[in-house]
This record gives sequence, C-alpha cells and structure tokens, in this order.
Amino acid sequence: MMNLTIISEWLSHYIAAEVAFYAELIVIAVIYLSVFALLGLFLVWLERRVAGFFQLRLGPNRVGPMGLFQTLADALKLVSKELTGTSKADKFLYKLAPYFVIITALMAIAVLPFSGELQAFDVNIGLFFISSVSSISVIGIFLAGWASNNKYSLIGGMRTGIQMISYELSVGMVVVTMATLAGTLQLSELVALQKDGWFIFTGHVPAFIAFAIFIIAGTAESNRTPFDLVEAESELGAGYHTEYSGMNFAYYFLAEFVNMFIISAVAVVIFFGGWLSPFGITDNIPYVGVFWFLFKTMAVVFLMMWFRWTFPRLRIDQLLTLEWKYLIPINMVNIVLMALLVWLGLTF
Amino acid sequence: MEKFIFYFIAMVMVVFSIMAVSSRNIMRSIIYLLFVLLGIAGIYFMLNFYFLGAVQMTVYAGGVIILYINSIMLVEKIGEPMDAPKLLHQLIAGGISALGIGAGVFAFSNYSFTIAAEESTTTINDVGTAMLSYGENGFILPFEVVSMLLLAVMVGAIVIAKSYHQKENTK
Repeated sequence: MMNLTIISEWLSHYIAAEVAFYAELIVIAVIYLSVFALLGLFLVWLERRVAGFFQLRLGPNRVGPMGLFQTLADALKLVSKELTGTSKADKFLYKLAPYFVIITALMAIAVLPFSGELQAFDVNIGLFFISSVSSISVIGIFLAGWASNNKYSLIGGMRTGIQMISYELSVGMVVVTMATLAGTLQLSELVALQKDGWFIFTGHVPAFIAFAIFIIAGTAESNRTPFDLVEAESELGAGYHTEYSGMNFAYYFLAEFVNMFIISAVAVVIFFGGWLSPFGITDNIPYVGVFWFLFKTMAVVFLMMWFRWTFPRLRIDQLLTLEWKYLIPINMVNIVLMALLVWLGLTF
Repeated sequence: MEKFIFYFIAMVMVVFSIMAVSSRNIMRSIIYLLFVLLGIAGIYFMLNFYFLGAVQMTVYAGGVIILYINSIMLVEKIGEPMDAPKLLHQLIAGGISALGIGAGVFAFSNYSFTIAAEESTTTINDVGTAMLSYGENGFILPFEVVSMLLLAVMVGAIVIAKSYHQKENTK
C-alpha cells in the first residue's frame, strides 16, 4: 500500500522492523499534514496575489519576500483568537462540524500521485474514493449551518448542500466519461496510460467537453465564485461559517482552498497526464514528476482563480438551471459519444 | 495492530448505535448513526473490499444521512429534545432488541466459520464485469431491473415537479 519506500528503508536502518512500520505511518502522516497546511497557506497567498494582479494592485507584499509570510501571520492571528459560539446552539455538533470538512479533504489528498514514487494510498478505486470521501464533507457544512443557530448560517448551509450534491453528479459523470476512455480508476494507472499522449488529446472532442464541464462543476463544488452564493456577503454574511471564529473558521477556509487544489489535481491526473512531463523530457529522472504535477495543478488553480475575478455571481435558480438543464444532458450525450469513439477505435 | 483497530471500530460502532437510539436530540441521533455507518465502511476497508467501502461511504454516509438531515430540517422543533416514549413502548422495543441480540449471538456461536486460505480483494474491474455478464455468476438481470427502477423514479420525479409548476402558472 505504501509506496514511499525510501522512508521505510531509511527508518529500518535505525529501528526494529516492527516499530519501523508504525513509525513510517506516523512520519508519512506528519509529512502529509504539513504539506496540507503549507498548501493551504500558499494557496491563500496565491489567491490574494492573483486578486491583486487582476485588480491592478499589489496584494500582500510587506511580510517576507513578496508577502509570502503574510498568510502565516494571519494563521498565527487566527490561532490566538478566542473561539466564540452562539448561545442555545448545539455545542457538540457546532464543534464537530469543521472536522468533517477538514478530515475529508485530508483523506482525499492521500490518494493523489505527486510523482511515480510519492503516493501514499494507491487504491484501485482511486477516483471513486475521492468522490465518496468528498460526499461526506457536505455533512459538515449542513451541520455547521444548523448547529450555529443562525438564520444566515442555515440558509448558507442549505444552499451549499444543494449545490454540492447537484454538482457532484456532473463531476461523477465526467469521471465516468474519462474512465470509459482509460478503463481504470486507479490514479497511478491513469497516469501510466498517458505516457503516449494526455487524455485531453487522445480523447479529443469528448475529452475537451468533459474538461470544460469538469472545471465548471469543480469550481461549483469547491464553492468558489461565480458559484459562491453560499457565502454571498451582501445577503448572508459569511454563509455557513458566519458564527465560527479563530481556528474553527480557519479549518473551513483551509478546506476550501485544499478542495480547490484536490479538484485541480484530479483534473491534471485525468486530463493532463499527472506527473508526466510534456513529451517525456524528464520522465526518467525520479522525483522531477513532483515539479510537473505541482506546476500543472497550479496552472489549473490559476484558471479557477481567474474565474473568480472575472465572472459575476449566479443566482440560486440560475445555478440549478445550469446544472440540471445544461450540464447533465450535455454530460449524458458526452458519455455516449466517448463510448462510441472508444468502441470504434477513433481515439488516438 | 489489525486486531486493535478492529476492536476500536467495533466498540465505536456499538457505543454510537446505542447512543443513536437513546439520544433525545434527533440531529445528534443522525450524527451518531453516521459514525456507525462510517465504522462499517472502515471495516470494509480493513477487509480490503475498497469498492464496497467506498459505496458504503457514498450511498449511506453521503446519501442517506444527507437525505435524513434534509428531511429532518423540515420538521418542527428540531432543536428541542423529543419526549421520551411510553414505558410500554420502551419495554416492547427493549424486548425485541434483546431477542435480536440473542438470535445473533446464537447464530454466530453455532456456525462454524472457515478461515479463508488467502487474502483476496475485489477490484472494480471484477465488479464491472460481473455486473454486465449474463453467464455464470453474472448480475445482468438485477442490474437492468435496478436501472429500470431508477428510470421510473426519475420520470416520476419529473412528472410531479412539472404538474406542480404548471398549476402555479395558471393561478
């Protein structure tokens, strides 16, 4: 299961094999946790810099080089803040809700192949695992909305729930489309199959439609503008996390950005060849894949941030119309088209 | 270690099942039930049945629980504790539960389990092939029946939604 053999080899030099196994689990968990936290901080910084770029201003630029430590300072501030709550709310569920969101994001990151060597959990249902884990995070949002004992939170929570459940369908159908082309759901195999050409090229027309739908549905699933009516500031305060403060709020914030990263990473794996380099220029050097994987993922993340500062927000009825009347029918036709192409051997 | 994890999950499941039925707060009951369902998924993952575990998470934890939460939000006074059921009802429910536990323990202690010679796992390819094969051990008939049922449900939902919409327009 564990592909990170260097760590286990390195550990077994120093301690007994029995203990080394558990120590390996702990070391990998710590690495993933720190990657998770750093990723969140970096993405928040990137979002603010990109926002500044699009709005012709500088963005954070005082703390550290290019303002890189700004989000670290913000995180320190959030840690030191008081955790408030509403009276008459269900305290247990209120405290529990953020963990659903953060833990599911962390579980989904475990199956991502950062390179050929760096993948913690290479399971044969990879993509299905990601979607099943992320379907649980909706519960955290519903709970936050309900347990806050606040009408804005409740409306925001209900909106998010409906939105995420609707758009999960589109994401799932895109995954089915690409699985028809690939014939597997295992992430490492998906990447290996793209050695001779990324799926967006080998699957040409249906793959391109699938990518367009995936990026729309993915943006909606991570509750980002133009689909952020969940936390429409002018009508709902901050939506489902209105009543959260300090670290509990930071968990939601972090999870949102990490979910964006996960969606971009999945897009990179199923469309852009994962950690493979373009034309295989560096495929023989180990660990360089990490660079390509992160580079491609950041490109998709940048695209999603671009959306955020370009499109105005949708209304709830427009949002549901887009999903149920346009994306789903197009998706269904697209699956049939992809199946036809694969059947007739018209893919490259 | 595996034993330890198994007993931990089993204990969590037992405790939360009892809490789910004994809690006076309906929202908490659902969350306790969610932990039980996630525990079942965890046991599937321990047995290397990843597909089944992921289905358990998607359908039960992700689908059924959200359906419950949605329907309970439409109920009045969800925040307040529910009334305790009558003593007679409690006794009847307790009796039936005790009977169920007794039957389970009796069945498990009398059945001779054979330990599988080797660990095996079902990949998603096996599941897909079995679903669509009409030979031996094929599941094409149930698969088609379920798809017909789902189609009927979808058509029904559209019909209901549509007639409601038209009535509102004519008013």
